[in-house]
Amino acid sequence: MAEIHLKSLAHSYSKDASKPSDYAIREMDHVWEHGGAYALLGPSGCGKSTLLNIMSGLLSPSDGKVLFDGVEVNDIPPEDRNIAQVFQFPVIYDSMTVFDNLAFPLRNMKTPEVQVQSRVHEIAEALELTPLLKKNASNLTADEKQKVSMGRGLVRSDVSAILFDEPLTVIDPQLKWKLRRKLKQIHEQFNITMVYVTHDQLEASTFAEKIAVMYGGQIVQFGTPRELFERPNHAFVGYFIGSPGMNLVEVERCNGGVKFSETKVTLEPAMIELLAKMPSKNVKIGIRPEFIHVWDEPNSDAFCCDLLHVEDLGTYKILNMKLDDQELKVRLDEDRKVPKGKVYISFPEQWLKVYVDEYLVEVPAQQEGENA
Amino acid sequence: MGEYNNMSLVLENLGYVVEGETYLADINLKLEPGSFNVLLGRTLAGKTSLMRIMAGLDKPTSGNIYMDGQDVTNVSVQKRNISMVYQQFINYPNLTVRENIASPLRIAKTKESEIIRRVNETAAILQIEPFLDRHPLELSGGQQQRCSMARALVKDASIILFDEPLVNLDYKLREELRAELRDLFKERNAIAVYATTEPNEAMALGGVTTLLHEGRVIQSGVSTKVYRQPINIEAAKLYSEPAINLIPGRLSNSEVTFDETVHFPLDHELSKIPAGDYVFGVLPSHIGLVPNRDDDLELSMRMELAEISGSETYMHVVNDHFNLVIQLSGVINYHIGDPIKVYLPTHKLFVFDQAGNTIQTPSQAITR
Repeated sequence: MAEIHLKSLAHSYSKDASKPSDYAIREMDHVWEHGGAYALLGPSGCGKSTLLNIMSGLLSPSDGKVLFDGVEVNDIPPEDRNIAQVFQFPVIYDSMTVFDNLAFPLRNMKTPEVQVQSRVHEIAEALELTPLLKKNASNLTADEKQKVSMGRGLVRSDVSAILFDEPLTVIDPQLKWKLRRKLKQIHEQFNITMVYVTHDQLEASTFAEKIAVMYGGQIVQFGTPRELFERPNHAFVGYFIGSPGMNLVEVERCNGGVKFSETKVTLEPAMIELLAKMPSKNVKIGIRPEFIHVWDEPNSDAFCCDLLHVEDLGTYKILNMKLDDQELKVRLDEDRKVPKGKVYISFPEQWLKVYVDEYLVEVPAQQEGENA
Repeated sequence: MGEYNNMSLVLENLGYVVEGETYLADINLKLEPGSFNVLLGRTLAGKTSLMRIMAGLDKPTSGNIYMDGQDVTNVSVQKRNISMVYQQFINYPNLTVRENIASPLRIAKTKESEIIRRVNETAAILQIEPFLDRHPLELSGGQQQRCSMARALVKDASIILFDEPLVNLDYKLREELRAELRDLFKERNAIAVYATTEPNEAMALGGVTTLLHEGRVIQSGVSTKVYRQPINIEAAKLYSEPAINLIPGRLSNSEVTFDETVHFPLDHELSKIPAGDYVFGVLPSHIGLVPNRDDDLELSMRMELAEISGSETYMHVVNDHFNLVIQLSGVINYHIGDPIKVYLPTHKLFVFDQAGNTIQTPSQAITR
């Protein structure tokens, strides 16, 4: 069992940290529940490696606590934490057979040989390594080696969480999806908490049930891949998830909604009321390129944009347009007609998001089916 | 920039063999002035070898290279007016960003006032003006690569070679730099050559794509045309991501059979093809979870895995005879092992003969 609780956790590399920018990890309270498949996703420099090292025990946090099933482990070294780690590069003994590699952690713990045999075979079976057990590890391909690294973590029955640090970096692109599938199956079979650290949205979204997106030392959203796409909780998530990311436009409040330059975007009354209560001038609207509606014919109710250029990506096109002084991108399916010169668009209410101080603002009464 | 640069680059019957191993063979290409050329191929396809020969860093073992009609096969790299950007961020660590960018101009003994003007102009385009007085290692990876790109762009090179320049950057930065690069070359007359392993990057860059496979050119032309009308299976596989689905089948006088299990009647286009065994191709984005037309083929499959790119879902589905990948917009929830019905548009099939040559592409069928 392992629930990992990061309690009032913060970390600064400097001894006399005072202001927020001194912190690589800003104060957070976060729980990785037992048995979950999670990802920690963010760009380089966001603090995800620092957080990973704090969880594994390579680094002791300057503030707050790391609790494993309620027990503080701040000062417990990595090898005593019942956590396994899988790194970018496979960590195996080249001079040993696959079997001996898998058996190594168990023999180290003086496990009776009978149990070693049965456990190694069980793990090898799950990872589809059985035919390779007698092979020397040095003769394996990169993906086989990485499976052995994973097996060495799984083989110890006292391991209750596995941390992955960009584990597919060295794997051939064609083989990556097979390993992703294996990881998911292993997770279902072994009921182990798994946290997968990556900067790659595909890796994170494919593996994880829930993703923690990190930005500037904070977790700005903890949600399912679908929530990150359909309902980004922070402007950064909108920008970072999706290619291209969300269109984000700075706006100011006006009668009946918000505006930029001469363009007015109407909002529902409840939202206007909500906005009126918030003092910040940092207001943005956001809509994904997939969700902007493009009209086939000119439409007087729609916004009229100038078409700047079209990127033909084969399966779809990205229209780059200008609405007033704002550039917008919209995704158009392959079969759709490409407008000439002017593009008539509208923003479906469901997909138009409002951000104040970078965080999503929503009208609470209208629960929109729990964002399923 | 670039009023003298109106030159073309012609590669004629190029071959490159080192110690009995063939790196390149029968390369015939003409790169037009002001064109943006993408070399698309897998690792070890010969992209870097070809670029090094274009640059003059290596000499071909056969064939000739002409720049603006002049044979330059034996002309050294220093005399070719070429810039190159590599995967690794290569900068002079002991020089400031400003001096890094200025270095090619200093070598060319450019006037100081001109150096200042050009460095500032190039730094502005690549958005690194705030860092001009810093040293490269104080910058992020993206900024370091911008610095090495600025150095390549600051001199008025006739040919600028990019060898997978964005591969070590994270994908958001790649998106941005790719768009900047494309815009940058709209204004220039230089020939740009850009090597990549990624079909989607090649499409995004536009221009002309040359497909390299095992040291040979298999197809070269306007990117969108090569994508829609690959000349053979290898070209179709190279230029699709996720890769095109391929299903072996038999075409009779009245119907198509996939793996002897699935049958559907011939439409007008398919009926023009002689009966026989073929490989049928369908792009992952053309298969749907709901039928689009009456003649779409319904297939009962099983979910293997869905890869989610963030904004798209790539579903891997299987049945007892073949597997398919389906590309869908948005994030789709699923469970491994779930039964699932998918719809394959029979009017969007690629048809390849047993030798792998293209017999029909769907764009041809559509335009007619």
